Amino acid sequence: MSDQKKSPLNVTRRTALKTLAAGAGGVAAAGLLPGLGGYSQLHSAEPIKIGFQVHRTGIGAAYGRWYDRTTQACVEKINAAGGINGRMIEIVAEDDGTDPKRGAEVVEKFASQHNCDVSFGTLFSHVVYGSAPRAGELKMPYFVVSEGHHVASGALNRYTLQPGITDVKSQVEAMAPFIAENLGKKVTMIFPDFAFGHDHRDYFSAAFEAKGGTILEKIAIPPTETSFTKYFPKIPRDTEVIYHVMVGPAVLTFVKEMGEFFGPSKPEIFGFIDSLEAVDIASPGLEFLEGTYFWEGNPRYVQEEQSEFDKAYREAVGVDENGASVSDAKDVSTYAHMFGCWETLHIIKRGMEAADYKGPDDRTKLIEAVEAMSDMPHSMEHPQGAKRFNGKTHQTFGHQYISKVTDGKLVLAHTTSIEDTLYEDEVDYTQQSF
Amino acid sequence: MEFGPHFFLASLEGAVNAAVLALMAVGLSIVFGIMRVVNVAHGEFFMLGAVIAWWISTLAGGHPAVGFLFALIAAPLIVGAIAAAADHFVLRRINYDPERTIVATIGLLYVLQQTTLMTFGPEARPVEAPFNKRLALPWFEKTADGFSMYWPWGLSTTSYKLAVIAAAVIILIGLWLFMTRSRIGLIMRATQLDREMALAHGIPVDKVYALVFGLGAGIAALAAVLIVPIQQAHYLMGHDPLLLSFIVVIIGGLGSIPGTIVAAIFIGMSDGIISVFFSPTVAKIIATLLVAFVLIFRPQGLFGKRSA
Repeated sequence: MSDQKKSPLNVTRRTALKTLAAGAGGVAAAGLLPGLGGYSQLHSAEPIKIGFQVHRTGIGAAYGRWYDRTTQACVEKINAAGGINGRMIEIVAEDDGTDPKRGAEVVEKFASQHNCDVSFGTLFSHVVYGSAPRAGELKMPYFVVSEGHHVASGALNRYTLQPGITDVKSQVEAMAPFIAENLGKKVTMIFPDFAFGHDHRDYFSAAFEAKGGTILEKIAIPPTETSFTKYFPKIPRDTEVIYHVMVGPAVLTFVKEMGEFFGPSKPEIFGFIDSLEAVDIASPGLEFLEGTYFWEGNPRYVQEEQSEFDKAYREAVGVDENGASVSDAKDVSTYAHMFGCWETLHIIKRGMEAADYKGPDDRTKLIEAVEAMSDMPHSMEHPQGAKRFNGKTHQTFGHQYISKVTDGKLVLAHTTSIEDTLYEDEVDYTQQSF
Repeated sequence: MEFGPHFFLASLEGAVNAAVLALMAVGLSIVFGIMRVVNVAHGEFFMLGAVIAWWISTLAGGHPAVGFLFALIAAPLIVGAIAAAADHFVLRRINYDPERTIVATIGLLYVLQQTTLMTFGPEARPVEAPFNKRLALPWFEKTADGFSMYWPWGLSTTSYKLAVIAAAVIILIGLWLFMTRSRIGLIMRATQLDREMALAHGIPVDKVYALVFGLGAGIAALAAVLIVPIQQAHYLMGHDPLLLSFIVVIIGGLGSIPGTIVAAIFIGMSDGIISVFFSPTVAKIIATLLVAFVLIFRPQGLFGKRSA
């Protein structure tokens, strides 16, 4: 600290001397040289700015609210423990309206207006698709928390990484054997009609057919749709299992109308919790879900064998044992996804520490440091469970959870291993130049 | 699902659409017919109705029917009052100039939408239906020994959806009686026919305009209260109904209430049926195409009178 206090004084004195000696020409030089001399020391006291692309409005708003809370809680924890390389984290949050075009503009603002070191936080896959190319052009590291397969598929660029949350392809590959062995062989899929839903459609059907199952019908629904009964007659009569994943503001209507459609003669139902993220399972009209299964990225309800890490993480973010806000039991979290923000921020921290990150010039060093990461143990930094990061594909892999609705709560029924979720590399980003 | 039951289900869904659309579009049509104001903010009054219904139902507590009934009465009144105030403070100040009212109501649209976003928030919030029983529906098939009845999988509706259709019919009949049989209705129609003459006969046209604008918005709010237990309240929910209402009003003939109702039933039903058999996008394309044809071949709308 004493060094930092001294340096501005030195600068002023030297500037003054040079100005006096060299006159007008010296002013420019003096302005430049001491500026360079004092740069690193001054800069070390400056905060590390993380641009947070958040879905405050639009169809992703419920996720955005909880991504924000998780991010704030995590930054508070990291800063209280001394920040990154002695520098505090400052979150610069900008609403992207869950809109791809706006998303790219937000990334642009982070780079040119706010001078952020990195950008982070996007969930909806169409926004990632819209923003990642711009992040690559601006050479801005872009840490997404999206689940989409877009990163590992090789469609994006070396500046885009997804180290804190698993992707749809690995999730569904781990679900396919469970569904084929426990629920049935004839599946009808219902999914949102955009990149994220198409990942489900393509990778689940491939994985499920490899297990000897058949996909009878694939029903795509626009994510902005508000009424759903008109889609359900497309479900073939001999369907044994409904596989559903839905997003957007009308998810509760979707699940409710599905229940009304089937009535007492429902098939087996396997859903991705996305269909009910931020929605209370005990809402009226959802009673028919009793006994059905859900994929969960992270179990919403406190389970019997709760880890100490989950307990501390829940407390830090302010989530009660039912997965709702501690201050409002009706404000249900997006628990299956938001841990990704917490884990990603810790990875950015570790990456910056390993790269001895000083400023935007070290961005490529940061990416290389993250690419060098591999196994991450279950810890306070990774409360959802252990992870295995693949530096070549920029994608992390981890445990997946399957829960059964029992007495109106989600009770963990099966946990997959990390090995269940692995697939062959489709890209090697480390071969791309910066 | 086989064609017969599938079509039946599609028609039921379409009828719910049509019922809500008819109410919404009649509100738009009354405002245009009497005031010659193209109210672009009409969808936001619909949205406000749903949001206020949510707010009232959470305040009320107890049995869901209590909150819902209260919302059914209060939400249209509150929204109507907001609209009447908007008429008084905005539209009257610009003398109902056609171009300027469009811009003003666009402004109103954003003010209402963003205020809701800032207060109510961006989430979709449910309102519990006062009653909601699933009704399985039978279908007939021809067998060797004549027709027999069976219960196809998934062919069902809910008691609440049927109630929405019934309520819309009752409200529309009530509105028609109000416009044709009551004194206020007579005054409104007089104002519609000739504003100057109505003024000359001592009709307080300013008050009539405020009332009409409030009534139009109130009907939209009422439609929203009816639909919100099926759909949930959300700050962007006014957009699609607004678009469909304009389609309906243009096809039916601007300012013609019977035309609006016929067009609403047609567009609502076809939207439901085409969405089920093809896709919702195709339904929107066909509706928009229809508007184009109506504008080319019958610009005054199916039931509209050619203006002099």
